[in-house]
Amino acid sequence: MNSPARPHDSAWTLVFACWLIASVGALGSLFFSEVMGYPPCVLCWYQRICMYPLVLVLPAGLFPFDRKVVRYALPLSLLGALIAVFHLLLVAGFIPESIKPCVQGIPCTEVQVVWFGFVTIPLLSALSFLLISALLVLTYRRSST
Amino acid sequence: MTRKAPKVQQKQPKAKQQEPKAKQAQWFIFAAVFLLLAFIAGALVYKNQKSNEAAEAYQRDKSTFVRAHSPALGNPGAKVEIVEFFDPACETCKEFAPLVKKLMADNPDRIRLVLRYAPFHTGSDYVVRILEAAKRQGKFWETLDAVFASQSSWAPNHRPQPQLVLNYIGRVGLDSARLSQDMNAPDIETIIQQDLADAKTLNVTMTPEYFVNGKPLPSFGADQLRDLVQNTLATAYR
Repeated sequence: MNSPARPHDSAWTLVFACWLIASVGALGSLFFSEVMGYPPCVLCWYQRICMYPLVLVLPAGLFPFDRKVVRYALPLSLLGALIAVFHLLLVAGFIPESIKPCVQGIPCTEVQVVWFGFVTIPLLSALSFLLISALLVLTYRRSST
Repeated sequence: MTRKAPKVQQKQPKAKQQEPKAKQAQWFIFAAVFLLLAFIAGALVYKNQKSNEAAEAYQRDKSTFVRAHSPALGNPGAKVEIVEFFDPACETCKEFAPLVKKLMADNPDRIRLVLRYAPFHTGSDYVVRILEAAKRQGKFWETLDAVFASQSSWAPNHRPQPQLVLNYIGRVGLDSARLSQDMNAPDIETIIQQDLADAKTLNVTMTPEYFVNGKPLPSFGADQLRDLVQNTLATAYR
């Protein structure tokens, strides 16, 4: 930790990790809908609206490294995390039917993929958004001093 | 720790910065290419696996592909069987109907066509009821032709108004009193539910969906359908 370029570099690596997560999430969601043919429900679309821009916006903060990247990436990831958590609660049944936003088409409560008995698409989404948010906050902490 | 590093020191190695930056760009490009390739490879492997699975399932047990109630056309002993899931209100299904007929005409007695219902549009099930009732009068295929021919009139802009269909199938010569009675037969509802359940099992989410001896189209298109049929014909009638 004696190289002065280090704090900058580690912040860069954190944002790069965010971009990796966002890209895997975006391609993964496309794999589910376009390759496997699972139609995305409305809430999934809202989460995509938050995830896809991250794939393009984060590199803008990587080249050259911009410590203000948090300012334009965190709103997306936090909003995405909110929607994903809402989606999870909906699937789990904690949120009553009456405020369910999906009226027609594919019900958001329908669970299409379950891995290892508990990993579902909204869970992956929530974890990705929360992890991206956490890493962005960490980036801010590291690069602001 | 690093936080307390004096400011002067931070500016020092300007020349050295170039190297990690190039490395960073390399990492980024490597990751991007890797992710894209992984996606494409995954898609290819998945499609191939699904196609093989479907063909194997078909060889083992055709029942999800062909039900006893399913309307069929062509030689029952044909070695190539096209199973088509269709929606009477679907434009592409209408466009593809003559294509399939032409394939059959070009290869007489070698292709059999089985139709399955996938009434995904709202109101389409009403049209399916008409078709099934017409089948009981032995006029399924004539009625289907009339339904497709008048599709733009009763389903403008993907908004089917199925009640209008009856106005356009007059020339088929159906007994309309019997038709409207048969349309409400409970076993027609059973047929629709069975077909929808099979569509779900076979992962049919769009219409038309074709299975040629159990194999789905690698990707959707007229050419792909023709190629798949021709390849299957070539192996079946070697």
